[in-house]
Amino acid sequence: MARFNDANLTTAHEIIARYPRPKSALIPLLHLAQEQNGYVTDEAMRQIAELVGVTPAEVLGTGSFYEMFRFEPTGRYLINICGTMSCALMGARELLHAAERSLGIHAGGTTPDGLFTLHQAECQAACTEAPCLQVNYRYRFKMTPEGVEQLIDDLRAGKLDDEIPPHGTLARVRQHIPSDRAVGAVDPDDVVGPPAWIPVTVEGAGS
Amino acid sequence: MTDISENVDTVEITVNGKAIAAKKGEMVIAATDRAGEHIPRFCYHPRMAPVGMCRQCLVEIDTGRGPMLQPSCMVPVAPGMVVDTESETTKRAQEGILELLLANHPLDCPVCDKGGECPLQDQAFSHGPGESRYVEEKRHYEKPIDISPLVKLDRERCILCDRCTRFADEVAGDALIHFVERGNATQVMTYPDEPFSSHFSGNTVQICPVGALTATPYRFKARPWDLEQVDSTCTSCSVGCRISVHSSRDRVLRFQGVDDDDVNWGWLCDRGRFNFESVHADVRVGDPLIRTAPDRLEPTSWSGAMAITADLISAALASAGAESVAVLGGARGTNEDAWAWASLADAIGVERRDAQLDDGLPAGILGMPRATIRDAASAATVVLVAPDLKEEMPILHLRLRHAAVEGNTRIIEFSPTGSGLTKHAWRSIRTPVGATSATVAATLADPEVAAQLASGPVVIVAGRMNLAESADQVMASVQALTAAVPTATVLPALRRGNVVGALMAGLRPKTDDADARSILAAAAQGEIEVLVLVGADPLADLPDADLAHRGLAGAKRVISLDGHLSASSTEFADVVLPAAVMAEKSGTTTNIEGRVSTVTQKVTVHGTARPDWMVAVELASALGHDLGVSSVDDITARLAGAGAVAGSIWQGSVPPGQPVSVGTSAPNGYDMRLVLSRVLYDGAVSTRSSASIAALIGPGGVSMHPLDMEQLGVVAADEVRLSTDRGSIVLGVCPDERLDRGTVWIPIGQNSEDPRLLVGGGAVTDIRIERV
Amino acid sequence: MTSYSWAPGFVAGDRPRIVTSRFEFEDSFTLERYLATGGYAGLRAAIARPAAEVHEEVRSSTLLGRGGAGFPAGVKWGLTPEGVFPRYLVVNGDESEPGTYKDRLLMERDPHQLIEGCLIACYAAGLSRCFLYIRGEMALAQERMATALNDAYAAGYIGKNILGSDFSVDIVLHWGAGAYVVGEETALIESLEGNRGMPRLKPPYFPAAIGLYGKPTIVNNVETLSNLPWIATNGAAAYTAIGTESSPGTRMVAVSGHVKRPGVYEIVNGTTTFRDLLYGEEFCQGIRDDNELKAFVPGGGSAPWFLPDQLDLPFEGRLVGAAGSMLGSGAIMVMDSTTDIPAAALTLTRFYAHESCGKCVPCREGGTWLMRILERVVEGQGTTEDLDLLLEVGGSICPGSMPHAASAELGLEATPFPYRMTTICFVGPSAYVPVHSAITLFPSEFAERVAPARVRTRIPVTAVGSAQ
Repeated sequence: MARFNDANLTTAHEIIARYPRPKSALIPLLHLAQEQNGYVTDEAMRQIAELVGVTPAEVLGTGSFYEMFRFEPTGRYLINICGTMSCALMGARELLHAAERSLGIHAGGTTPDGLFTLHQAECQAACTEAPCLQVNYRYRFKMTPEGVEQLIDDLRAGKLDDEIPPHGTLARVRQHIPSDRAVGAVDPDDVVGPPAWIPVTVEGAGS
Repeated sequence: MTDISENVDTVEITVNGKAIAAKKGEMVIAATDRAGEHIPRFCYHPRMAPVGMCRQCLVEIDTGRGPMLQPSCMVPVAPGMVVDTESETTKRAQEGILELLLANHPLDCPVCDKGGECPLQDQAFSHGPGESRYVEEKRHYEKPIDISPLVKLDRERCILCDRCTRFADEVAGDALIHFVERGNATQVMTYPDEPFSSHFSGNTVQICPVGALTATPYRFKARPWDLEQVDSTCTSCSVGCRISVHSSRDRVLRFQGVDDDDVNWGWLCDRGRFNFESVHADVRVGDPLIRTAPDRLEPTSWSGAMAITADLISAALASAGAESVAVLGGARGTNEDAWAWASLADAIGVERRDAQLDDGLPAGILGMPRATIRDAASAATVVLVAPDLKEEMPILHLRLRHAAVEGNTRIIEFSPTGSGLTKHAWRSIRTPVGATSATVAATLADPEVAAQLASGPVVIVAGRMNLAESADQVMASVQALTAAVPTATVLPALRRGNVVGALMAGLRPKTDDADARSILAAAAQGEIEVLVLVGADPLADLPDADLAHRGLAGAKRVISLDGHLSASSTEFADVVLPAAVMAEKSGTTTNIEGRVSTVTQKVTVHGTARPDWMVAVELASALGHDLGVSSVDDITARLAGAGAVAGSIWQGSVPPGQPVSVGTSAPNGYDMRLVLSRVLYDGAVSTRSSASIAALIGPGGVSMHPLDMEQLGVVAADEVRLSTDRGSIVLGVCPDERLDRGTVWIPIGQNSEDPRLLVGGGAVTDIRIERV
Repeated sequence: MTSYSWAPGFVAGDRPRIVTSRFEFEDSFTLERYLATGGYAGLRAAIARPAAEVHEEVRSSTLLGRGGAGFPAGVKWGLTPEGVFPRYLVVNGDESEPGTYKDRLLMERDPHQLIEGCLIACYAAGLSRCFLYIRGEMALAQERMATALNDAYAAGYIGKNILGSDFSVDIVLHWGAGAYVVGEETALIESLEGNRGMPRLKPPYFPAAIGLYGKPTIVNNVETLSNLPWIATNGAAAYTAIGTESSPGTRMVAVSGHVKRPGVYEIVNGTTTFRDLLYGEEFCQGIRDDNELKAFVPGGGSAPWFLPDQLDLPFEGRLVGAAGSMLGSGAIMVMDSTTDIPAAALTLTRFYAHESCGKCVPCREGGTWLMRILERVVEGQGTTEDLDLLLEVGGSICPGSMPHAASAELGLEATPFPYRMTTICFVGPSAYVPVHSAITLFPSEFAERVAPARVRTRIPVTAVGSAQ
C-alpha cells in the first residue's frame, strides 16, 4: 500500500501533466501519498522521485521542509491547537492542557490506539475566532476546554466522520481540467513569442 | 559549476578607497579577491552559483543610494560602485554573523581533522568577536554518520553553507545529499539507505568549510600542520587533473584537487582522489624477483636481475632478431619513462611496441586535428563516440555536463548503452553493435543534425565505446564525422594515465601489425623470444583474455617492470623489476589534449624500486647503447626540445591513420550482441590495491533490456549463462531500459566471472544467453 | 452590522464593499450565485478591449497589493521585461501572517471572484498560465476553489478560447504544506517548483524578470486579484472615488485579540482610523471588559507595535510607516491592560523562529537564540544582561536603528519604518520586531522580570586554540 494505488497513480500523472516541469508536482504528490496512507512512507517518496525525475533525497529534502507532511504513522485525527498571539491572548494554553488531559498524551504524541495525534501549531488564519484549533485541517472556532473534551468524545464516537475525513485528506474535491478545455503545460523553454491575444507589435503588458 | 575564466571586459569599482578593475558580470567578492582585499565567507565558492546563505560576506556597498550592507557574493560589480570591507558597520555585521555561526558549533577543534586548515576557525580569528555569549545548549545529533563508504558527516559541526549540497546537485548532478527539515533544525542528509555514492563525493570534503564532512581514508591520519605538499598531476586517467599531494612522515596521506582553469576546475573524481593508498599497498614490489620454479618468484639483486634481463634480450636479438623482442606498456609512467623505453627500442631495432592493450584506438587518432577540453566545453556541438565518460574520465564528464547544462553546448551522443551525459544530450542515439559507423552516417543525413553541426565549432570526443567491438567502428565513425564537418577537431578519449604521452614519445606500433594484439598473437605462435611489460598487465586489461593468456604463455621469456605485482607477472614473468609509481618519481605527463604537466616526487620510493626511465637507460647501457641521458631532467629537456613543454600543448607529429572501412557483420547464430566497457571502480591495480575504493568494486553482472529478460524468463538478480564461441560464464542479470533489445552490457573488472573470457577476435562478439 | 453563521468572523457593516459583496449569501461560492450577482461581467468587459487598455485601467486604479508590501499591481505587471515569454501568474494564497485571514475568507466565500480576477490579470499582462497556490492548512478553501475551477472550466470561463475569444489560459490549483516563509514571493516560486521554500535574493531574482522556471512571473495576492472584477466592471474612476488618492478602494482588515467584537471588516481605504476600528460601534466596539488598551500590532505579526498614542492614525500605509510601523497584510492584534507583554512578544518571536527557513544564518541561529533568551526572561530566569543581549542579537539581524512608535509617557520620538536587515527576507527581522517593540515600549515590564546581571561565564573562542 505504500506505493500509489492505480487510481492515485492516474491522479498523480494527471497532476504532473499540469505543470511545465514535473518537479512542481512534488508537493501535491506528497499530499496524495499522505492521503492514501495517512502519512508519507519511504516507498512513496521513492515512487514520487521516479515520477517527477528527481532523487529520493530531493523528495525528502522538499517534503521535510513543510510542516504538514508526516513521515511516521499518525493518528486518524491530527489535532492542531494554535498557540500564536491572538489565540495565546485568548487562552490557547488551556485548550492544549485540556486536550492533553483528555487524550492522556503530550503535544507531539499519538494515542496508543492510533486515533489521535496532538500538536501545538502556529497561526491557522482564524485569529478573530480565537482560540481555535483544527482537526485534520477542519476548523473549530472559539473553543473552550470543555469544547475540546466534547470534540474528542465526538471524534472518538465517530460522530464527525461525515465532516472530518481521516488524516491526509484535504480537499475532498479535486481539480479536474477537461482535456477539451485544457490549454496544456508547455516547457517554458519551448515557448517563443507572446500569447495569441497580445499583439506582437504593440507590447501590451510591457509598455 | 561556474566558469570563471571567460569574461575580459572590465568595470572600475572602488574598494576601501582604491580603484580596482573588475570583470564585467562578476560578483564583488571575486573582484575583491583578485585585488587582495579579503572578505570572509563560507558559502561562496568561485566554481559554484552563489546562494547568499551564510551572510558572512556582508560588506557595505554604495551604488549611489548610500552604503548598504549587502552580500558581496551575490552583488555583481557595477561601474562606480564603492565597496567598504572595513567599515564599522561591516565589522559589526561580520562579527555578529560569526558569533551566530559559532553558537551551535561544537568547538571541538582539538579533535577535528579540519583544525588548522578550517575556514571557520581561521575567520573566527580574523573577523570574529573573540568570545561567545551563547550559553544555551547546542544542537545535538548522532555523529559522525557514514553518508557513504568514503565520507562521514558530523551534523553538529555543519554550518549549513550549502556547498556540499550545491556541489552534489549542480556540479556532480548527483543530488543524493540534501537539506532536510527546516530552520534551526535544518541538516544535511542522504535518503535513508541511499548513500552518497557519487563518483565525485570527495570534493564535498575538500570544499567543506568546517569539519562536518571528512574522508574516511584520511580521518585522524594527520594534522594539517604536519603535512607537506607538492603540486602534481593525477594519472588515474588521462584527463590530467592537477592535484596537490599531501604526505607526512614519508607516506602519502591524501590528494586534494587544484583549480586548473584548463582542466579540472579544482575537482577530482573519487578514484583519482583516493587511489593514493596504492602507493603504500602490500602488493608493491620492493626488490627484483626472478622465477626459480614455475610457481616461485624469488628476490634477487638489481645487478643480478639486470644482467639476466640484458642477457635474455641480447640472446634473443642475436638468435631471432629484433622481430622477436616486444615492448608492451608505458602508459602508466611519465613522458620521460616512455621516451627512454622508446629510445631503447629504437636503439636495438624493436618495432613491436605498443602503449595500449587493444583497449583504445589506433594511435592515428592522435594525428587528427586536436581539440582541448576548453574547446569541447565551449563548442556549439560535442559529438560523443566514446565510452561513458562519467565512468572512464569523470572530470571530462563534469566539464561537458557543465557545458551542456550551463552553457550553450549541445551534445550528440552515439553510444550502445547510454551514459552519464545521456540526459543532458541534445540527441542520444543508440548504436547497434557492429553498426556504429553506419548509424553515425545515417544520423549525419538528418537535416536537423546537419544544421546543428553547421551552427558552430564541433568537437568529436572519440574513444573505445565497446571493448567487444573492433576499434575500426569508432575510427570509421570519426572519419565520417570529419568528412562531414572538415573543421571538426578531435579529443581522444583514451583512458590510461599517460597513454597519450607514451604514444607520442614513441611507444606506438611502427607498423599496423605491431600493435598489442599482433604482438600477443605472434607470441602465442612462438615468435616472441622476450616480451617486456612496462607497467602493463595484459592478463587483466586486454579485452581478449584468451589471447592475453596464450600470448604470455607463448612468449619464451617475459620481463615485467611494474610497481605492483600483477596477474601477468605473478603467472608468467621470468624477471620482475620493481618500478617507482606516481608520487615516487618526477617528470611530466601528457593528457588527452596533449597538455604537458608536471608530476612530482613526494615520498621515497618503495624498497629498491626505480623509475622506468632509469631501468631503460641502464638496460641500454648493458646492451651497448648510450641513450645520452643521465637524469630525468635530461630527458625532460630533450622532450621540451621536441615540443613537450610543461604547461603547454604538445603538438607532436603522429601520422593520421589510414581510412578505415567497415562492413556490417552478420549474426553468427547467437542471439545477442555484447558490449563490454569499464566502470569507475574496476580491476585497475591502483583501485584494487587501495583498500577504501577496492571495497567499491561492484559485484558485476549483465544488463539487458527488460523485455529481453521477460522473453528469457528471468527477473532481476537471476543468474544466466552467457556463451560465445570462446567461452561461457555465469552472471547475475539486471534490467536496463536504456539498452536496445538484443544488446547486453557487462562491465569488466568486477567481482564476478571475467566477461573478457567471452571476447573473440572478430569485429563483434555475438552471445547466447540461457537461464541457469 | 450583520455577521453570518456561514462566514464566521466576517462582519458586513454598512459600508461600500468591493470584495465581500456576496458574503451575505449562504451560497456565495457557487457559480449560479456568482453569475446572478454580476459575475464574469468584468471578464467579458475586459476581453472585449485590447489587453493594453485593461492594463492601463488597472494601473490608473492605483490598486495596491494587499499581500504586505503595498506595491501598485498595475505597475508590478509592467515590470516584466519586454518581449520575454512565457509569463506566469502565481496567486499568493499562502496567507499565514499571524493575525491575518482575509484571503482564506475570499477563497472560501467567493472563489469565482478570485478566478475572474486571475483571468483579467492574465489577459491584461499577457500571462499564459496561472498557478493558484493555496495554503496547505486551508482544506475548505481548497475544496471551494477546486469546485469553482471545475465549474468555471465546464462553463467555458477558463481554458482554451475563453468565451469564444483568442484568450486562452489554464488556472492550476496548487496547494502548500505548511511553511509561513512561502508567503514571501521568491520562496513561493521555489515551493511551486517543488523545492524547499527558501527565498531567493532580490536582485537578481525579481520574479517579474526571473521568476517561475526562470521566466517573468507576476505574483499577486488573493485580495489584490479579487478587486479586479469590480474594477473591470465599474472602471478605475469609480474605484479611485472610494478611499484616498494614495490608497484607493477598500481593504479587508482582521481585528483580533482583546476586543469586544473581533472580526474581519472591509473598510474604506486610508480614512478609517485605528480608534474607529477598535472602538467604533460598527467595528470592534471597544476593548473587552472595558479594559484599558495597552498596545496593538497594526499590520500583522511582523509589524512593530503601536500604543494608544497612535490610535488616531488612519489605516494608511505611508502614515503608519512614518509612525514607526507598517500596515502589512491588514491585521490588528489588540492587547488589553491584563496582557503579559514579554509573554505576548514571545508568542510572536517563537512563531518566526519556528518558521525560519534556515537559509540565512542571522535568522536561523539568531531567531532561535532570541526565543531562548526571551523564554528565560518570561520565566523569571533572566538578568538585565539578557535584555542587552536581546538587543545585541537583534542588532545582528537588523543592524542600525529599529523603527518604533512614539510614546508620550516614555518621551520617545517615533523612528520610521523600515528597518535594515542582514537576511534575505523579513522572517528573521520579524522574530526581532516584537522583542524590540516590547522592550522599547514597555521597559518596566522587563525590568521587573529580570535579576541584576550576574557574572556570566563567557566562553572565549580562543580557548580552543588555532594550530597555525
